[in-house]
Amino acid sequence: MIEILDGLKEAFRLVLGFDEELLEISLRSLRVTLSALLIASVIAIPLGTYLAVQRFRYRRIVISMINALMGLPPVVVGLVVYIMLSRSGPFGVLNLLFTPTAMIIAQVIIITPVIASIAHQSMRELWAEYHDLLISLNTTKRQRILTLIYDGRRNLLTAALAGFGRAIGEVGAIMIVGGNIDHVTRVLTTAIALETGKGDFALALGLGFVLIGLAIFVNIAIHTLSRTEREGLW
Amino acid sequence: MIRLLWAVIALVWAQIAAADTMRLAVTTSFENSGLADVLVPAIKEDLDLDVQLLVVGTGQALRLGQSGDVDAILVHSKTAEIDFVTQGHGSHRREIMYNDFVVIGPVADAASISGASGAEDAFARIAVAQVPFVSRGDNSGTHKAELAIWQRAGIDTNATLEWYQSVGAGMGAALNTAAGLNAYVLSDRASWLNFGNKDGLALLYSGDPALFNQYAFIAVNPSKNAHVRNDLAILLETWLTSTRAADLINAYTINDETLFVFNATPQ
Repeated sequence: MIEILDGLKEAFRLVLGFDEELLEISLRSLRVTLSALLIASVIAIPLGTYLAVQRFRYRRIVISMINALMGLPPVVVGLVVYIMLSRSGPFGVLNLLFTPTAMIIAQVIIITPVIASIAHQSMRELWAEYHDLLISLNTTKRQRILTLIYDGRRNLLTAALAGFGRAIGEVGAIMIVGGNIDHVTRVLTTAIALETGKGDFALALGLGFVLIGLAIFVNIAIHTLSRTEREGLW
Repeated sequence: MIRLLWAVIALVWAQIAAADTMRLAVTTSFENSGLADVLVPAIKEDLDLDVQLLVVGTGQALRLGQSGDVDAILVHSKTAEIDFVTQGHGSHRREIMYNDFVVIGPVADAASISGASGAEDAFARIAVAQVPFVSRGDNSGTHKAELAIWQRAGIDTNATLEWYQSVGAGMGAALNTAAGLNAYVLSDRASWLNFGNKDGLALLYSGDPALFNQYAFIAVNPSKNAHVRNDLAILLETWLTSTRAADLINAYTINDETLFVFNATPQ
């Protein structure tokens, strides 16, 4: 129990002391995760909406697959991305292994199914509401998808934030493809794993509290900027 | 507010220009000892070379070297290293320094290994007393050294032994597990001295020549992986075997205890 208090103290010391290394790894955590979130959202939100609007033969199987992929084990994703990007692998020439880009790739794979699945779920409900109106207006498929995305933006924000939550706290995959190199690929989660390994629980917990604080800050910032919880249903 | 957000985004994405860099896979025991924090800045100062450390077990380090994902490795498992070089993955093996393994266990020492006559005897006493023992189980240099001692003591660790816990983790994690289980564990001296969570554990046995732990540097063979920075690896090898490195390594102490002894021979 004492150690948790020590961890809190350590967190305050790190934040109030403007620890340079902490700032560096926190910014890197944000950069990697927000990049991954942006890319994953661009793929997953139209995909989720398309799956809500479009009927086709293997729709149910595709949706089940995406739901199942939400549970992808990060270590396996990390290992597969490692093998792909390794010098002896097919994309070795790109020289991406042990760079932040490799970490972004791994995180995109992990969070795309999460965002797509949640997006699909909420878009399906919205589509049930909008179905008759959009059909009667003789809209094209593209217009339908864009309308749903625009009007369902609050729900999609929740989907994106779920993806953010999964990515910012992830350690298994980015440890393998990033390598936890000091000043290059060390982020908050890998630093926590490292300090735990050294038996320095206070510092590890301190970093953990900083990570939680950062996640809360990002969520509040995004909610404030998008003015949710202020007006109407949408 | 929106403008502020863009400013934050710009800051987050800002990149830093990189100098000459090479990648070196090292063992967890080397990194946990804290010596890396002394050597890496000195290398940067002397050679203007950024050494990026990949901290992994010896098994994974050898694997990274084999696929050409690192430029050189610094590990401690002689047989595996010699195999690595004979298979042509590394050009040659250069011994740099050594430290030693120590047997850590609960302060009460139920197996009374502190009076053992040698490493094998200490391990045999643990087996007889059937007290919990934590094994790294990750194919690392320390794990291989541990298995060799069990073998010489005539104990088959492949058999299901209730007291033998293979955790498959790094040195620090294994020490944490041993602290939690009140178990015995084989550690390198440096990791043990630098370990922060010694709760109820103590150094119980050390000093047998069988516990000698040699670190060696192997540059990845450029004829197998043309892209590796062999020039930088050789530069680093020359530095690691220089008197400057010798002074830094021999002078590194924790609680007034010397951790590593430099023993590279000049070529």
